[in-house]
Amino acid sequence: MKCDVVIVGAGPAGSMAARTAAQKGLKVVMLEKRQEIGDPVRCAEGVSKASLARLVNPDPRWIAAEVKGARIYAPDRSNVVMSEDRSGNEVGYVLERKIFDRALAMDAARAGAQVMVKARALGLLMKDGHPYGVKAMRFGEVFDIQAPLVIGADGVESKVGRWAGIDTALKPQDIEVCAQFLVHSELLDDEYCEFYFGNQIAPGGYVWSFPKGKKLANLGIGILGSRSESGAPVRLLRSFMEKNLPDARVLEMDVGGVPVSGPIESTTADGVILAGDAARQSDPITGGGILNAMNAGIMAGEMAAEALARGDTSKEGLKPYEDRWRATIGKQIAKHYELKEFLVNLSDDDLNSLSSSLQSEDISKMDLKGMLRVLFRMNPKILWELRHLII
Amino acid sequence: MLTIDRYKCGYCGACVGVCPACALELVETWLEVSDDCIECKRCTKICPAGALALMEDRS
Repeated sequence: MKCDVVIVGAGPAGSMAARTAAQKGLKVVMLEKRQEIGDPVRCAEGVSKASLARLVNPDPRWIAAEVKGARIYAPDRSNVVMSEDRSGNEVGYVLERKIFDRALAMDAARAGAQVMVKARALGLLMKDGHPYGVKAMRFGEVFDIQAPLVIGADGVESKVGRWAGIDTALKPQDIEVCAQFLVHSELLDDEYCEFYFGNQIAPGGYVWSFPKGKKLANLGIGILGSRSESGAPVRLLRSFMEKNLPDARVLEMDVGGVPVSGPIESTTADGVILAGDAARQSDPITGGGILNAMNAGIMAGEMAAEALARGDTSKEGLKPYEDRWRATIGKQIAKHYELKEFLVNLSDDDLNSLSSSLQSEDISKMDLKGMLRVLFRMNPKILWELRHLII
Repeated sequence: MLTIDRYKCGYCGACVGVCPACALELVETWLEVSDDCIECKRCTKICPAGALALMEDRS
């Protein structure tokens, strides 16, 4: 079988790349190894309203809830509230990813892409050291798909990059390991996304509660891999839930790993582009990855069309993709990586001091940058190392 | 030898993402380990479900 571009993985990055490339007239095949797109979920499902609306028309079928903002708790339970439009990329809508991911794949299919489920890439086809497609297995049958370009949108467990010689292996300090329960509890706040920080609660990460409609929420935890131990996310999440939401009923359980490595050295190779979690483009502070993946997917799809028109899918020919994502989403990812490296080392006392210094300030209309500026002014000693990011 | 407790595994793929030897592969809900495993214990440490363990090889 032959096509112009093979896309491995039908998450938000893969589907946006497939749709974009198909709209530009390319013959696209998108492989999804699971038999059901979007399931099981590995995500807290939060996304900013305005940023999402710039990429796709919001559809009530895949919006589980809308929130007013974010409430952030320090270890001593003092808290600060940020309004929805200032809270960054992960606050606004809480999605139903099982429906959302399928809708994006459907859009790709409508644009002309061929979607194959229960179809897994087994490796790259190589000729003279240059990839020319993938070997795949669908429903037990092995076959070749020849294509001058492969887009690896194969998530945290990405193999496409490694096959092409890009080392995407995450160090334990560059992954947040997560667990999540979909819970029902009368004690839940339906109007705010909540974040709980503390070295006892979630070492090097945080606990989140993202509303999913009428006393339902994604209650989850992320722990920095280097500070985790076998099974810790599930164990710590359960103890948080028993202490804080004693009436909770668990309706679903998810686990996952989120890359927080910051921009990696290379996301392209001869005949290969990586996008989304596969390219480690998730946000190192929040762990949010949906919007970055969608944006990178579009850029990858556009690059595919340009590269094929020029007949050059070499690493050099794919450089515009590299430049474009680094100049856009990459800037924030790089900055947030530095911020994360700093934040994960703060003690509970530091976190409490930061929170208490905000209690007398009106931060309801501030974004993260504005809040950091206030924090720096009031806590120069704790935040001195961050001055170059703030001033 | 790396052992997988399939009653605990949540097939999230985090272990595949940290494996420096590319020895793990997630096939839908089925995690596979290849002979390339170097027993570095990265995956056992980070598994959110506690499904991976390194057993002493007795053979």
